[in-house]
Amino acid sequence: MSTPSQSLRLRPEVEHMPPSGIREFFDLTLGMEGVVTLGVGEPDFATPWKICDAVVDSLRRGQTSYTSNYGLMELREAIAEDLGMRWGVDYDPATELIVTMGVSEAMDVAMRALLSPGDEVVVPEPCYVSYKACVSMAGGNPVVVPCTVEHDFRPQVEDLEAAITPRTRGLIIGYPNNPTGTVMSREDLLQIARLAEEHDLFVVSDEIYAHLTYDGEHTCFASLPGMRERTILMNGFSKAYAMTGWRIGFTAAPGQLIEGMVRIHAYTALSAPISGQIGAIEALQHCEREMHEMVRDYDQRRRVFIKGLNDIGLPCFEARGAFYAFPSIAHTGLTSKQFSKALLYDEKVAAVPGTAFGDCGEGYLRCTYAQSMDNLKEALVRMERFLAKLKAGKVQVE
Amino acid sequence: MRQVLELLEQDATLSPEEIATRLGRDVAEVRAAIAEARATGQLLGYSAVVNWEKNDSPKIYAFIAVSAVPEHGRGFDAIAEQITLFDEVHSVYLMSGGFDLQVVVEGEDFREIAQFVAEKLAPIPGVRSTATSFVLKTYKLEGRTAYTHRTTHRLAVTP
Repeated sequence: MSTPSQSLRLRPEVEHMPPSGIREFFDLTLGMEGVVTLGVGEPDFATPWKICDAVVDSLRRGQTSYTSNYGLMELREAIAEDLGMRWGVDYDPATELIVTMGVSEAMDVAMRALLSPGDEVVVPEPCYVSYKACVSMAGGNPVVVPCTVEHDFRPQVEDLEAAITPRTRGLIIGYPNNPTGTVMSREDLLQIARLAEEHDLFVVSDEIYAHLTYDGEHTCFASLPGMRERTILMNGFSKAYAMTGWRIGFTAAPGQLIEGMVRIHAYTALSAPISGQIGAIEALQHCEREMHEMVRDYDQRRRVFIKGLNDIGLPCFEARGAFYAFPSIAHTGLTSKQFSKALLYDEKVAAVPGTAFGDCGEGYLRCTYAQSMDNLKEALVRMERFLAKLKAGKVQVE
Repeated sequence: MRQVLELLEQDATLSPEEIATRLGRDVAEVRAAIAEARATGQLLGYSAVVNWEKNDSPKIYAFIAVSAVPEHGRGFDAIAEQITLFDEVHSVYLMSGGFDLQVVVEGEDFREIAQFVAEKLAPIPGVRSTATSFVLKTYKLEGRTAYTHRTTHRLAVTP
């Protein structure tokens, strides 16, 4: 093998960026047969057929072109109407909305639009794997605020405040939360809102799991008094409409930021795929019932799975949103990685180590219950067997 | 009550305890709902959904459209009730449209069903005509997909 040219050396931010802990774990599962997976952060439902049908029809009619950099106007109008009706926030579809390739691209583009080298962004952890990476890739510094199970992994406002420095530009929150399933009450969010106002911070609110809120109602951060002007509201179609592979997300924010995001998006992605956008229009306009049916199913699985985890001796607080359970494995004496690996090798159950979502995820596992009830029950049987073997010292731990 | 029935319709083997967990309700409440559903005839019984086409000795099914003469004061009820008494009859529906009753019949072979129609169904007083359609292949049964080439390709671990 030839030595690569020095011209291909990576810039330090990339070279020192750790690979996603999920990716690392994914590699272990490659080629393994008979794995019951609790590691998949996506719905196990197929995209509702009427969405696929609408897209197939659009392809037959020749809708295969680029769209506006902002996204199809019809989709932006549908999103604006949905945001207004559902969460009580008004956005101008012409200037205050951009359609992106999922929330992930939105996060990257927003950070690149906002941050200058050295700017700090406060990120409560555990959190989705890309938040800190996007801040770093944009030249910023993520400042982590650990959240603990004592407060159901909700960030405490005094901890957030303590992390703020003169360089702090904003904070990124994602609720309902991946990986913990934590939701935030309106009162919780109002405290963060006051903090943002006092310190003049932007708030990126990743609400991709908003529809998957099981007890009580989701509060849209931008709907809080005074927050619309400083909130970067992100959402998409992957989770609620089982459209992960379609890669359609959006950001609603004041026009000045959206215009900046569009400039970056236009040079890199140009536009989100038109077929995905057409599917998203169909989802918003005709798939409310399908979405509610899926959410109802997740809710049932949530109750069964979280009760099951507690019953087999993996204490799990009551996650009320998204589709993840975050049980503690600390009492086993193993690290999250050791536990996950041993569970995978010994019983072929894939669950992601909590540390993939930040250091304070140590001692926890992320298990998705977006799985068939049969698979969930099988996973619980295997995990119980694993714990018994572990207790008896019959498990090899790396 | 509706949610309990929906769960039982999907999976009749669910215990009241499991239904209670799924719905976040008390077991006693679920038991009471099931008892009431049985008592009021909403819950007729429990059965397995079998795709007989996959069995070595399959059953066959026919859909029979029946035109009938309604009776004064009872409409089609008396004739429909009479049809339900035959063991071969799987289900009977009163239909809108070009005929009156839809009778679903199950049998071991075509001849058995033909014989049922010719010797038992058609001679019932009030049956004006029958049109028998045999089921050739089952694609979906009781809300469950019985035949598909569709697959999903989920990765084992993803964000």
